[in-house]
Amino acid sequence: MKIELKNISVGIRQEAQTVELLREVSLAARLGVIHALLGPSGSGKSTLLYTINRLREIQGGEINLDGKDIRQIDVFELRRRIGLVMQKPIFFPGTVGDNILFGPRLWTKDNMTLVDPRPYIEMVQLDPAWVSRDPNTLSGGQQQRVSLARTLANNPEVLLLDEPTSALDAQASEHLEALISHLCSERELTVIWVTHDVNQAKRIANDVTLLYRGKVVEHGEAKSFFAGPSTEEGRTYLAGKLGGEL
Amino acid sequence: MSWLALSLSLGFVGLAGIVSRYQELGLEKELAIAVVRTLIQLTIAGYVLSYVFASQHLIFMVLMLALMMGVAAQNAAKRGKGIPGALRIVLIGIVISEALSLMLLLFIGIPGTPQYIIPLSGMIIGNSMVASGVTLNRFSSEFKLRRGEVELALSLGAAPKKASLSVIKAAVKAGMIPTIDSMKTVGLVQLPGMMTGQILAGADPIQAVRYQILVMFMISGATAITSLIVVLQGYHTYFTPEAQLKSS
Repeated sequence: MKIELKNISVGIRQEAQTVELLREVSLAARLGVIHALLGPSGSGKSTLLYTINRLREIQGGEINLDGKDIRQIDVFELRRRIGLVMQKPIFFPGTVGDNILFGPRLWTKDNMTLVDPRPYIEMVQLDPAWVSRDPNTLSGGQQQRVSLARTLANNPEVLLLDEPTSALDAQASEHLEALISHLCSERELTVIWVTHDVNQAKRIANDVTLLYRGKVVEHGEAKSFFAGPSTEEGRTYLAGKLGGEL
Repeated sequence: MSWLALSLSLGFVGLAGIVSRYQELGLEKELAIAVVRTLIQLTIAGYVLSYVFASQHLIFMVLMLALMMGVAAQNAAKRGKGIPGALRIVLIGIVISEALSLMLLLFIGIPGTPQYIIPLSGMIIGNSMVASGVTLNRFSSEFKLRRGEVELALSLGAAPKKASLSVIKAAVKAGMIPTIDSMKTVGLVQLPGMMTGQILAGADPIQAVRYQILVMFMISGATAITSLIVVLQGYHTYFTPEAQLKSS
């Protein structure tokens, strides 16, 4: 599944004014590769993911999924096909199994059709016996895996990850990176991964987009970006000196 | 009761005023306004009721009920600040709950005369007002508190109603709890107004109790219906037509 963003603009209404969060953003994410979305705080990275998942509306431009404008796809179907893993794991009341089955239960007519959550627990390399555990009792890394399994249970074609390792220690982060890289190639997922960690982006990404103040300043192959950015903002960002917030 | 005795009862309000002053609650002005409003509103209500009861005209009864529902809705809607169309939402809730309750009352044989319908409706509407106020208030705070959870459910493909289910449940529950609590303690902690009034007026306590049981059951149904109607209309206002949560 290929995603293309063409000149999209997103804003929010604040006290009778529209504040622009994204300005004429264009980028393309290829099938089966990890696309890192970099940028300082407040550059619009999370907004961009939420917009692709259609939790935010675009004011200008278009987003195409395999050439089809996402506004022409049923919004609930679109959200099933484009999975989003949020930065901080949040759980619905219930067990690990209940959380994983949240999505599949939406698509089954009688709402009670039995889908086994255990393969999804195994997919994220957790113990299937944890199916009846309260997810809030798990460690941060384990919670993020349950969160990932819940999104994967919808069988998405695109995976949007909003800084999934930001609250994890180095070891848990690397485990999650390895897991997602594996899933990406095994299931041919198109992955867009928001991170502010340059080293992480170097380890995981095939392609990179750098956002700054709501605009794309770099977009291309990760290797060439890290070897030598083509813009001043890109060089400043890699030097760790690009300031955040709008 | 003589007018002198009634005037002396102002001493109780004086006590509340002293507490407010002593604790620096700043409620003295509110209290004074409340006293004046109570005096004026109840006196007018007394005269209006006398007239309506004497005339037995259906139109006066309907007008009276419409006024009661309008005032109740306006009062409860203040609890739903930030919810667009809160007044309309509450009014619909109160009107439907009042209509259903009245139909049930008439069905079980309560006479359709103003003497019965107006006081019973007063209790239905008053309790529906409290329930819808509490429900709206809780609804609005739960949506703020559970914004992440609602958005997560949307991101997984849930429709707005499914995504708001935990908020809806919490708000309806909050609206019903005061009624359920008062049902649990009625007769033990409190003797409700209607029953007390009937006993003071010389009615047989057993007969008064029967009416009170009817009223409590009626109120439990009415508050549940009002709370549910309020949230089922209200959750829509938090979403765009594209099933996106509106920015707060």
